[in-house]
Amino acid sequence: MTPIRRIFIANRGEIAVRVIRTARELGLETVLGTSAADRDSLGAKLATRAVVLGPAASKDSYLNIGAVIEAAKGTGCDAVHPGYGFLSENRVLAEACAAAGLIFIGPSPDNLAAVGDKLTARGHAEAAGVPLVPGGNASTLAEAEAVATRIGYPILIKAVAGGGGKGMKRVDQPADLGPQLSMAMAEASAAFGDDRVYLERFVTVGRHVEVQIISDGVTVLHAGERDCSVQRRYQKLVEEAPAPNLSPALRQGLLDAAVAYARHIGYRSLGTVEFLVDVPRNSFYFLEMNARIQVEHPVTEAVTGLDLIAQQIAIAEGRPLFLQQDNLTLKGHAIECRLNAEDVFRDFRPSPGRVTLAWFPSLPGLRVDTHMTPGAMIPPYYDSMVAKLIAHGPTRAEAIATLQKALKVCILQGITTNAPLHQAILADPVFQAGGVDTSYLAGLLPYLTKAQP
Amino acid sequence: MITRSDIDDILKLIDGSDFLELKLEMGDLKLEVRRPGAASVALPSTSVSAASAVPVARPAPVAVAAPVVASGGGSEVPAPLLGIFWHAPRPGADPFVKPGDRVTADTVIGIIEVMKLMNSVPAGVAGVVVAYAAPNGEMVEHGQTLIRIQPE
Repeated sequence: MTPIRRIFIANRGEIAVRVIRTARELGLETVLGTSAADRDSLGAKLATRAVVLGPAASKDSYLNIGAVIEAAKGTGCDAVHPGYGFLSENRVLAEACAAAGLIFIGPSPDNLAAVGDKLTARGHAEAAGVPLVPGGNASTLAEAEAVATRIGYPILIKAVAGGGGKGMKRVDQPADLGPQLSMAMAEASAAFGDDRVYLERFVTVGRHVEVQIISDGVTVLHAGERDCSVQRRYQKLVEEAPAPNLSPALRQGLLDAAVAYARHIGYRSLGTVEFLVDVPRNSFYFLEMNARIQVEHPVTEAVTGLDLIAQQIAIAEGRPLFLQQDNLTLKGHAIECRLNAEDVFRDFRPSPGRVTLAWFPSLPGLRVDTHMTPGAMIPPYYDSMVAKLIAHGPTRAEAIATLQKALKVCILQGITTNAPLHQAILADPVFQAGGVDTSYLAGLLPYLTKAQP
Repeated sequence: MITRSDIDDILKLIDGSDFLELKLEMGDLKLEVRRPGAASVALPSTSVSAASAVPVARPAPVAVAAPVVASGGGSEVPAPLLGIFWHAPRPGADPFVKPGDRVTADTVIGIIEVMKLMNSVPAGVAGVVVAYAAPNGEMVEHGQTLIRIQPE
């Protein structure tokens, strides 16, 4: 076991502040590496020390591995916390940390390699007995019929050499298989000079459900699941734990599969296994594993009472988990809204600028993770998330009510945020009923934008 | 946005005048410049970057793109990147420059080492070397003052 005393934080925004919070609680010092644009950010003021890694552009600062390593060594840090995004799943950084004698607060380079590449990750899922979207190759109609019978309609025909939608056909019934197959093969041949096709089960109604893993390399635990189906262009907007209206058998299947996957690759750290839940077929498929702390981790913290950053640090120090699956119980329901500096009514145009007023009063059951303060600058170089509102209540309805209250009360002036979108989602009976799929938000948006000037 | 040449112009104006101190406000930019000898001239020795070496009133930090700025005793040459700053091409060798040396904008004044990669740093301004501001062999941040040069 190697105790950590001073953590170099290679990130920015609310997650830098979040890591500093736990470090202070643990009595650890922090050094925040910032870009020149974030020199006066809240995290830079809160950290024991802040150093400027490089200019505003991420590639010269937050993504500059050399600068991160030199800065961590030069400021006497013994560990590096990469946050999420940026270098968080970068194997080169993890290796460079090891070479420099720094503890990387995350999984091993081998773990990162096992989940980093889609094909490798799928191979591991197959070997671990974790379900993938069923499918198979076919070069003749007879072969295609055999695969289709096995996986069931609707199916998607994809070019093996493919990409960009070329040679991709959806087939809803057996009668259409022959004609669609010929067309897909002809298109594939024309586009890629290769007519081989792959048939895959098509998910008409899908939910994004992910499982939080905590592993010290020996004990592999799950901390329940999160539903992140409210998305816009693959960007999560609202996340909750537990996933509403999931059958107990399906839920248990997800949790077991996630643990099996993490155990199979010898995973050691915090991580998240993402699944696509096929609602009409009541089944689920492995998507990928994220080898980092997630943006939406607070909903898991709310229902488990754990400090996931503290767990992540303890695992990185080499401490064995003191937890067991049996004493990890979930209480109530938690929902998170991501407040972004963007204008919902102008096609989600980013709205950088200076915050004149930031007021997030404490309400019962509300947690706010933010780096916003009056005078804070939202630079145009990075993502637009400015705050996370997390509500925890005995029931889902109470968590929704708390968030609605928070959105009414909290003030963030000087910039435009997506708060109206969150209000619309929380007030929508379909969302309130629970269990929406990933196409939900795209369907809600026209109603919202039509109702406004 | 104020540019480096604007700042150079402002500094030339002050150099040619009898004023000890200048305070400038333009929109949300506030710039204060003092001459050596003026009251409270001392710059914070822990100045973390070139831009913050120009005392800028809050809450309006202005990103001045790696400027060469004047302060007590010459223009400050900022580190173009974070790394270990070396005064000499190799340990034990003479430093690239010493006080009193005349340099051009292209004269190499030091090396910044990042992960075993050596990056030479030009003065960026013509003049006479006043002194190294960052110690040899220690980490410098992006924008930290490396050396002071009296422009000519």
